[in-house]
Amino acid sequence: MGRIVIDRDVCKGCYLCVEACPKKLLKKSQTPNLHGDFPAEFVDEKNECIGCAMCAMNCPDVAIKEVYR
Amino acid sequence: METLVYKRPESLLKDGQFTFCPGCGHGVVLRIIAELIDEYNLKKDTIAISSVGCSIFLEKFFDLDVAGASHGRSPCVATGVKRCKPDKFVFTYQGDGDAATIGFNETIHTACRGEHITTIMINNTNFGMTGGQASATTLVGQVTTTTPKGRKPELTGYPLHAAEIIAGCEGTAYAARVAITTSKNIRQAKEAIRKAFEAQIKGLGYGFVEVLAACPTNWHMKPIEAVKHIDNIIEQVHPLGVFKDVSAQETK
Repeated sequence: MGRIVIDRDVCKGCYLCVEACPKKLLKKSQTPNLHGDFPAEFVDEKNECIGCAMCAMNCPDVAIKEVYR
Repeated sequence: METLVYKRPESLLKDGQFTFCPGCGHGVVLRIIAELIDEYNLKKDTIAISSVGCSIFLEKFFDLDVAGASHGRSPCVATGVKRCKPDKFVFTYQGDGDAATIGFNETIHTACRGEHITTIMINNTNFGMTGGQASATTLVGQVTTTTPKGRKPELTGYPLHAAEIIAGCEGTAYAARVAITTSKNIRQAKEAIRKAFEAQIKGLGYGFVEVLAACPTNWHMKPIEAVKHIDNIIEQVHPLGVFKDVSAQETK
């Protein structure tokens, strides 16, 4: 199924993608990035991602740089 | 077999990361513009005119030719560029403090002259870069650094509705107000900006799109709250919609 690539060091931690994901596969990471922000993290253990790219559409920093389906 | 369904637009610089605050709406709109320039294959033929405010940093992010203009005067610079080089695609990227407050006179006259350029105006109801002062589009009762007790109509008047006023000008080919709050609205925003770009490509006239965007820092809200604030409160004052579309009138 789908998969996304997040650039950890570009993410500023606004979590608009967490709100946008219809399957709720994104969450706040527990480890900070280079700038000290806690970026969004993609966790898809059951292969639920449908590759709708809504997270990438909502991301204001183009931190979600690739979406595969 | 995986297929790539989305990737970073080519018109954005590879190392040009956005320097806006977390949750700021500018990034989404800049990405939409870059995607459309990629789709129309206009990367080599585009001249972008930046303005003053948070919208100033176009050359840091875009892999395009960018010219700067003084505060509010981007449509004038764009007019000059377009008249000298009519084969180029020219757009201005402005905020509400620039296009609707300090430079509204220029915006109106550009619309009345029907220049073949496109203006994308980001409306976050304040002057974001300088610390959140009130602008012309500030809502009644909104607290900013220059209206600490809320905007009072008897003292500072009522909010200005830029898209409706520009739609009233004869030279305008397309005028709309969109928001970038939900996935649905972001898709509609992209379609509106596409139509405004097409108005220029087909030579119909002036294209104007006002985009309601969040300013979490100056609204003192979290990014998700700020996006909901647009949907719940700002859209009541600045309603979404297409106010003029010449290409749709012709097909009727």
